[in-house]
Formats: sequence, C-alpha cells, structure tokens
Amino acid sequence: MAELVPLADAVADLVRDGDTVALEGFTHLIPFAAGHEMLRQGRRGLTLVRMTPDLLYDQMIGFGAAERLVFSWGGNPGVGSLHRLRDAVEHGWPEPLDLEEHSHAGMAARYWAGASGLPFGVLRGYVGSDLTAHTRNVSTVTCPFTGEQLTAVRAFALDVAVVHAQQVDREGNVGLWGISGVQKEAVLCARRSLVTVEERVDQLDARTRVVLPSWVVDAVSVVPQGAHPSYAAGYSERDNGFYARWDAISRDRAPFVEWMRRHVLEAPDFGAHLRLLAAETAAVGSR
Amino acid sequence: MTDPPEHAPAATAEATAATADEVMTVVAARELRGRRTCFVGIGLPSIAASLARQVHEPSLVLIYESGPIGARPTRAPLSIGDGELADTALDVVGVPEVFSYWLQGGRIDVGFLGAAQICRYGNINTTVIGPYRQPMVRLPGAGGAPEIAASAREVIVVARHTTRTFVNRLDFVTSIGHHEGGDSRKALGLPGDGPTAVITNLGVLRPEAESRELVLTAIHPGVTAAVVRERTGWPLRIATSLTETEPPTELELDTLRRLSAGRGTGSAG
Repeated sequence: MAELVPLADAVADLVRDGDTVALEGFTHLIPFAAGHEMLRQGRRGLTLVRMTPDLLYDQMIGFGAAERLVFSWGGNPGVGSLHRLRDAVEHGWPEPLDLEEHSHAGMAARYWAGASGLPFGVLRGYVGSDLTAHTRNVSTVTCPFTGEQLTAVRAFALDVAVVHAQQVDREGNVGLWGISGVQKEAVLCARRSLVTVEERVDQLDARTRVVLPSWVVDAVSVVPQGAHPSYAAGYSERDNGFYARWDAISRDRAPFVEWMRRHVLEAPDFGAHLRLLAAETAAVGSR
Repeated sequence: MTDPPEHAPAATAEATAATADEVMTVVAARELRGRRTCFVGIGLPSIAASLARQVHEPSLVLIYESGPIGARPTRAPLSIGDGELADTALDVVGVPEVFSYWLQGGRIDVGFLGAAQICRYGNINTTVIGPYRQPMVRLPGAGGAPEIAASAREVIVVARHTTRTFVNRLDFVTSIGHHEGGDSRKALGLPGDGPTAVITNLGVLRPEAESRELVLTAIHPGVTAAVVRERTGWPLRIATSLTETEPPTELELDTLRRLSAGRGTGSAG
C-alpha cells in the first residue's frame, strides 16, 4: 500500500547502495527530485537503467554514483552530447562506467517481460547490428510454431523503480497522462517502487491515462516541480533553456562539480535547488 | 546552439535563396508525398516530416517513438517527447506498444532516420567513433533506429554530406540498411525494404537496383557531382540519369522557416 512520505524518508527507506534502479521517463515526467535526493544521501555503486538517460543520469554518473548503465539512447535531446556520460566512458572519470546497451524496442521488451512475470521478451530486432556482439542479455529463440528465429531479451528484475506522475488520490492511487514511456512497466517489474507527484487530489483528473494502483507502489512523495527541467503535462512546461545551459555547465569537470555542490549537496531539498536556479536565471537575464 | 552558422538563416537572408540545409529538408519532405504513415526520428527528420504534413501530404500520420500517434506539430519540436507532440496527437500510447503493435506490427510506411556515419550500403552508425571499448567519440546510441530500419516498409535517411559522415567503413553497425548489398538484407530476414533514399545538403543518393549500393541520383541547385564525390568517403558512382533538384518553392521555404522559428523555446534560455 502506498504510503505518503517525505521524499528524503522514501529514498532512505527504499534505495540501497549497489541497487539496480530505473528512474524512468521519456522526456516527460523525469524524476529529477528523487535522483538528487539519492545523490544527497550518498548512494553508490548503482546500476542505472533507463531507455533515454538524459541530464539526470549525466548528473548521477558525473557524481560517481553509478557503476553500470543499461540504456538505449544517451544524449541531451536537441542539444548534443551528455558530457559527463562521455567523460566516464571515454576517460573513466570519475569512475569507469560499464555499459550495457540496447535498442529502444529491446529495452521496452525487457520491461514488458519483467512486468509480465516472464523470463524474457521476444522481438524481431538487433539482427545484423554490432550491438549483439557487445551486449549481454540478448540471445535468440526459435518459434515452436513456425520455426522462425527471433531475438530474446532477458526480463528486467529491478530493485527499485522511481517515476514522477501528476497526481496521487486520497487512497494512494497514482495517475499520470501525456507521454507515458515505460513507467508502468518499470514499476511493475521492480521489487520496490517510489513515485513523486505534483499534487495530492481528492480524485484523479479526467485526463488520466495510466493508473498505478496504490497496492503496487511502496511510497509516494508530493514534490511539486519534481521533474524539472523535464515537465509534467498540465502542470509545467519543459525548461528547454536549462537543457541548453546544461551543455556548458557539464562540459568541464570543475564547473560541473561546483554546480553539483551548490545545487545538490548543499541544497537541503529540491525546492531549494529550484529557488537557487530561478535566482541564477534572473541574475543572468538582468545582466 | 551547437549548429554551425550556415544552418541558421541569417536575418538578411530571409527573402533570399535557400540554404543548403533548407534544400535538404525540403527535398526530404517531398519524399513523403503519397505516404500514409511515417515513424519520425528527432532533429532534421522531424522538421521535414512536419513540413511534409503542412505542404505536401496533409493526411500524413506522424508517429513518434515516445508514443504520440498522429501528431500535428505546428512548430519543430526540440525533443522527441515534447508536449506539443502529445497535445496534438490522435492518441498517445506507451513505448512498448509503439514498437510492438505499430512498428513491428507492420503499420509504418516510412521510417525517417538521421546518421552519424553511413556507408555505401546505407548501414548506419549512431553508437561510437573508434573502438567500442575505447571510443574516440561516444555517440548517443541506437534509440529506436535498429527496429525502424528493420521493420518500416522503407527508410529515408537525412544527413549532412561530409567525409566524416559518408564513410568507406562504419566504426560500428548500429542499424542495418542494405547490409552487404545484393540480397544480403533479405537473407537476414528483415521485413522492410531498407533505405530507398539518402537525402543530404548536396544531393540525393538511392540504392542501385541489383547491387543495392548507394549512387548519386540528384544534385541540388549550384552543386556539382565532383563536389559530392569529394565529400564522400567511398568512390561514389553517379547515376546515368543524374537530375537537378527543383529549387524550394516560396511556400515550402516560408513554411519551413515558420516551423523552424517556432522551434521550442531553446533560444529563450
């Protein structure tokens, strides 16, 4: 049954060093606040899973919290590279990062299989690609009915899934709408799950398209703007300006470390980070 | 922001001739005439697909890997998960459904892809430059491309034409085009026909009937075949029926510039 708890308590309770964790979100509803809280609490040795690692995983990797990344597309959408991810892969800084990379269809099949309680997912994919030579957990299976050879991908078994959503109702049911990615599958294939939401409401909005029933979620924390600089449809717009600015913040190690110190380590919570960010943006704008 | 200046039309160029990038996008959009469903990658393909819907093929159904089906963007989205795509779509489905029902299920006429490297058989690298374990450049990775390249009935690739991109040998094969040429793609059992056009800022390459090797079939206004060959990393062959691209019409150019101008709020930050 989902308990409504402060984010710091939820992270302390549910996320452990060395866990396999997915903080999912496809451009939309990315759980930045929860990721920052993990860093503030000093989580280490994580295996990070996500289809589209963007700024949040760049921050976590650059901070040295991850030892492994399982993913299918890692970039700053519309802007360019993830410099901290690249530095870890190209130069082993601050720690070497082990990569397991898939295609989107393969990752989606792994989540789907995990949520379905099956040992593997099946698809027509990876054929002819060099990915198979470098990627664990991809194999082939022969269809017992037609003899066709298909690609098999191992089901995800996550320790923790973390997602952001628009709302939680009085009974602890979570509702989200807009681009929904693989959030539902991620929660359903994880042993423990944490959801941050924009707002607690009496009744879920009529626009709700995906419901995570209270009894599949361990903890819910109300964190308004908890997906910033990503967005929550109906609540906020994507902060494209910040995605562009991240390119300069993250390009070199020293400015990145300094930014993380001020915005994550020394910020008591995510709200403090957002206020600092707003103040910095205003200062730059008035110059 | 990361684009070299030649890609953004300067204020003074507004009423003047199209840039090479604009011609590329316009030609890519024309390629979508007569198609019903297009699976759209982000960046150049996304702008071209939006342009095609507004000028050539109003009923074109745009499907994005983030889940929007039948999106009708009025500005070029900055990212593939923009709210604009979801807000204007007929439906928004989860990612497993996009790839299983709509792509693998055979509902896509055209897949629209970009490339960091492409070879003479239209195979694509978006993974690494250099060796995989010790890359010189770590690229974003596969994303949806391998299965789009496999399952869309045909694939159109949009890429800027340089010897860095059009290479003799890929550092990594991320997504399959015509594999090793001839019937080799079919032998892999891939459902779709593979790349039918590669559209660049210099011209258009299409696979030759038997060998499936990409040959130059059209050059854009003001470009010579010699320049295209210089900027291609393999000895590019020229089709005997080489044509010159029709310059962008005023409507195409105006619409494109309107779409690009509204591109997100990326410049506001």
